[in-house]
Amino acid sequence: MSIKVYELGHARAGDKGNTSNVSVTAYSDEAWRILRSQLTAERVMQAYAEIAKGPVTRYELPKLKALNFVIENALGGGVTVSLAQDMHGKSLSFLMLDVELNG
Amino acid sequence: MHTPKNSIRVGTGAGFSDDRIEPAVDLAERGALDYLVFECLAERTIARENLTRLKDPERGYTPYLVERFQAVLPACVRNGVRIVTNMGAANPLGAARAVRREAKALGIADLPVAVVTGDDVADIVRKNPQLPLMENGTPVESLLPHMASANVYLGADVIRDGLATGAPVVMTGRVSDPSLFLGTMLHGLGWSYDDYAKLATGTLAGHLMECAAQVTGGCFIDPGKKDCDDPVNIGFPYADIRADGHLTLGKLEDSGGRLDVMTCTEQILYEMHDPTSYITPDCILDITDVEFAQESKHRVRVTGAKARPRTPTYKVVVGYHDGYIGEGEVGYAGPNALARAKLAEKIVRERLRARGFTYPEIRVDYIGMSSLHGMGVSGKGRPEPYEVRLRIAARSPDRKAALAVGFEVRTLHVNGPSGGGGGSNAIREVLAVKSILIPRALVKTAVTVEGTL
Repeated sequence: MSIKVYELGHARAGDKGNTSNVSVTAYSDEAWRILRSQLTAERVMQAYAEIAKGPVTRYELPKLKALNFVIENALGGGVTVSLAQDMHGKSLSFLMLDVELNG
Repeated sequence: MHTPKNSIRVGTGAGFSDDRIEPAVDLAERGALDYLVFECLAERTIARENLTRLKDPERGYTPYLVERFQAVLPACVRNGVRIVTNMGAANPLGAARAVRREAKALGIADLPVAVVTGDDVADIVRKNPQLPLMENGTPVESLLPHMASANVYLGADVIRDGLATGAPVVMTGRVSDPSLFLGTMLHGLGWSYDDYAKLATGTLAGHLMECAAQVTGGCFIDPGKKDCDDPVNIGFPYADIRADGHLTLGKLEDSGGRLDVMTCTEQILYEMHDPTSYITPDCILDITDVEFAQESKHRVRVTGAKARPRTPTYKVVVGYHDGYIGEGEVGYAGPNALARAKLAEKIVRERLRARGFTYPEIRVDYIGMSSLHGMGVSGKGRPEPYEVRLRIAARSPDRKAALAVGFEVRTLHVNGPSGGGGGSNAIREVLAVKSILIPRALVKTAVTVEGTL
């Protein structure tokens, strides 16, 4: 049965230059188990393929039950030169939450 | 003579240059604060303010400086709350004078302001054109003809030195965001600049507080899923820090928003890359062992910060002119709206081409469908929206070419598909930024005081 990341955790996106970072924090131990095993850097790269060139690096923070994804070449050259309306990529957290996992 | 205290309370007054003003006033009035810190500099602010300063040598500080001080000074002076801020941007001395003028108008005859200088390293960068850009390794030399600013991120030591003068206000240009907060702890708690356990805690406190409401319920609410009390009146955070490194975040009891493990976890990872190595001018912070514990409804205890010694370099943000961005928008609604927007796009592209303009990059957004995550995500098996707003934006080194983009969208009203409404167009100069590292020894900072102590 498929489940969206939205049901498992909450997310926030930040920017530095042309790199976006999106954190995902699990709501529960069970959600953390699913996120940790299934929300891989490869899965995230696939979800962001239209927006970012990558690469994507994943960091684990077990004490916070959180994953931190660093997505490079994601912000149209960076806040100061981007032609995008969301030049900071603030909305990119909800692209992460829309990703479907197997549950 | 200054005696360090066993505990201090530090509040956030602003998390970016255009932040709300009321929560800072609330903290200044009722927060029992020792220090109120305003972080107001985005990456390109100094480049922009350098241009302002060229037109008017008195200016070049952040736009809301006067309004902010007007609002918070009476309560800060009355309650003995000292202010630390980077609102000086490209002209900390001019900012200090503006604050003193404002103070005088409020009946404070002589408000001493400590001014930190030395972050402006444009001359040093010009003399070292070989320094490689962090983004791509090429020498900074290629940017020099277009350079608008070059400023190092200074550390907490300059804030400590500014506070040591005794002035109620410390005004700076570029200082790293967490360092603005850590500096109050070095001074107020008498911490050593080489005690890395303390620097870790203070840097983490600063990192959590530097974006103000982002740790107290701002940038967090998702109705029905993640709610918070009174989102209209979200309060700003404060931290209670003890000399032994005990750290608790708090917010005022009857302020809106929320402060809990969830808001803190989102904010600790905000703009964080490798969690073992968050590099500031003061230390290399490692947050992998950090934990949050709810102490009461409005208070969260923070433990587990670690740090390694600071690097031998300062990071420099180089701002430079990088051409223009022109854009235009027009909306379509009802049957066949998307097809009309797509035809409009085609017409604009061909008219621009016919006029001889080419662009290194053109971006087309169908707002309501593809402006945030692209057509590949939103177009996949979802119904067409009832209305769609076409936006076309392009970058060019040539101002005329950039202007033409908005012009050709604007003229669609009369010369484009049926029912195009609500047109708008704009052009802006691009101030881009890149980074370099420079040895600390090249940077000379100074603290001076405007006024009489």
